[in-house]
Amino acid sequence: MLWLRTWRLGIKSLLLHPMRTALTVLGIFIGVASVIWLLAIGEGISREAQRQIEGLGADNIMIRSVKPLNPPEASASAFILPYGLLREDYALLVETIPTIKSALPIREMRRMVRYADNTIECRVVGCTPEYAEVTRLSIERGHFITDAEVKVMQNHCVLASQVVERLFPYEDPLGRRVYFQDQKDYYTVVGICRDRAPTAAIGGSLDAQDFSNDVYIPISTMRKRIGDTIVMSSGGSREGETVELNQITLRIDSINNVQRTAELVEETLLKNHGKIKDTAVIVPLELLEQAKRTKMMFMVFMGLIAAISLLVGGIGIMNIMLATVTERTREIGVRRALGARRADIVRQFLVETIAMSVLGGLVGVGVGLLCPPVIDGARLIVKRVAPDMIAGLPDVVRDVTPIIVPASIPLAFCISVVIGVMFGLYPAYRAAQMDPIEALRHE
Amino acid sequence: MKLAAKLENLTKHYVLKSETVRALRGVSFDVPEGDYVAIMGPSGSGKSTLLNLLGCLDRPTSGAMYLGDANVAKMNDNQLSYTRATRIGFVFQSYNLIQQLTVVENIEVPLYYQGRLSKSDRARCLELAEMVGLKDRLGHRPAQLSGGQQQRVAIARSLVNDPYFVLADEPTGNLDSVTTDEILRLFENLNQLGKTIILVTHEDEVSAHAKRVIRLRDGLVQTDELTKNRIVLN
Ligand SMILES: Nc1ncnc2c1ncn2[C@@H]1O[C@H](COP(=O)(O)OP(=O)(O)O)[C@@H](O)[C@H]1O
Ligand SMILES: [Mg+2]
Repeated sequence: MLWLRTWRLGIKSLLLHPMRTALTVLGIFIGVASVIWLLAIGEGISREAQRQIEGLGADNIMIRSVKPLNPPEASASAFILPYGLLREDYALLVETIPTIKSALPIREMRRMVRYADNTIECRVVGCTPEYAEVTRLSIERGHFITDAEVKVMQNHCVLASQVVERLFPYEDPLGRRVYFQDQKDYYTVVGICRDRAPTAAIGGSLDAQDFSNDVYIPISTMRKRIGDTIVMSSGGSREGETVELNQITLRIDSINNVQRTAELVEETLLKNHGKIKDTAVIVPLELLEQAKRTKMMFMVFMGLIAAISLLVGGIGIMNIMLATVTERTREIGVRRALGARRADIVRQFLVETIAMSVLGGLVGVGVGLLCPPVIDGARLIVKRVAPDMIAGLPDVVRDVTPIIVPASIPLAFCISVVIGVMFGLYPAYRAAQMDPIEALRHE
Repeated sequence: MKLAAKLENLTKHYVLKSETVRALRGVSFDVPEGDYVAIMGPSGSGKSTLLNLLGCLDRPTSGAMYLGDANVAKMNDNQLSYTRATRIGFVFQSYNLIQQLTVVENIEVPLYYQGRLSKSDRARCLELAEMVGLKDRLGHRPAQLSGGQQQRVAIARSLVNDPYFVLADEPTGNLDSVTTDEILRLFENLNQLGKTIILVTHEDEVSAHAKRVIRLRDGLVQTDELTKNRIVLN
């Protein structure tokens, strides 16, 4: 009952200066909201990164062909540059490293693909049946490339969802034949993939691996029909490259062996390829751990920013309370004369600061929870108003979906209350230490 | 006769850097219950100092002051607070109501610091408000009241804890003569109802309403006389 009164009084006193109180509350509110927002955005980004990396498979190792920056002298004169992974590497790795459970050779290139009046550029991927499992592709209809198809080098293909959409807007693609323009060759569609989200960037490019524009064909068919060499003519000069394999994805028997196997792979490749740096080994497990470290750093950094804003809010409270105490010296004197103990005065002023910080905390939590929809809305608006700007952003930022960290709500709230008490204590103590006689005399 | 307060050889020294100011140098007198005392004296004679001691806002340097059986000189800060909350009613020259509270809430403040606020207490607050003639102003804020009305609220507040005595420091100092008369009449009425009143004033018109006038000079009681009021009333 009396406590209720103390609170009522505190709120009444705060309402004596509504503007001042509101501004003070604003300080805390911004601090609390920013704690929740920063943590939510950080969590969103890191979950997305983690999801993308996990999409690569933690028990996988990828070896990619990389175009060497400084091609050796011998091949500089030739207009066709051979580099990258060889079928020989593939055989050697599979034979010599026992921890490799399975190995998946991949060859990919960009080709113009046509059906009826529609022609689009696709990434044509030559692969084996395991590809679907390793990259977690799932088939919507039909089937993925089979061993039999690889064996007899059939002209069959499987289309990703976007390709279906663009080549077959009105028809069922299954059983139809698409036309590879460069080779003047037909491929029968035997399967359609389900839509899927991109995975983490690999092989040095900033963009994530996007599977939506893929056409899968048996790797043997690709070798026979297209070959290893690609020639591009640009402005009269002809340039080309010979790549046997773009990527070998290794599945390792156990996660514990991933690290050691990766080292072995690097050694083997170094022996085979000499000084030319035309391969890169990517270990998703490493990326994952790195992402976790980055997340920790990010969180600490965000936490620091939030802590600073809360500190500023706290100092704001203290500042206002010191002013309030001075301003209400007379009131303090009167209350002391009417029987208030020092503790009563401390309590009265603490209640006011706590009321402000709790209010700031509550509003902050409320606005903090608005983070995901607000970000979505902002993205929508920016997309409409400045589409170029949003396209220029890295996709982790562009597509971030903030995830409210549940613990951040009680945390932010508690911090705001603690800040209120901490920064309210000194002004309240100052008020209580006043000599009642002096205080009564105060103008 | 029961005493509301008993002062025995009270002294109060202020120790400053260069000197010691002897504001009170041995003041003794009794205040029987139902008395109406006016304390007078020239500026610097120790009136305020004495009032602070009587109001338990300060402790004497030496001597003893009894409120009932308790010696205030020996009390610590919390005990002094409790004594103020339960035994003493204050009326100030500048009313000193709390701005953010209404009339009733202002009257309730001493009870709040006693840690009690029952239904009967609230009823008593209303009674007091009615007694000082502010029954229809209960929800008003101090800023909405005239000086005389504010002082009435203050008087009601000083009575709410049923104190041993009401201490009034120049209670009419800020009021015009008509309002002054009203307030003084109110004090007289209260005194007739048995309330003990001690007030500090420098105006003879005010002290003329008291039953007894104590004049201070240089920290000592110079005279302590009964006025004709007492003779008339008794
Ligand atoms: N807090 C204080 N510190 C030092 N000297 C004081 C203090 N309060 C009062 N005095 C001195 O004590 C004497 C009595 O003062 P006071 O009780 O205020 O007299 P009055 O109220 O009758 O004018 C004066 O000389 C005054 O200067
Ligand atoms: Mg004085």
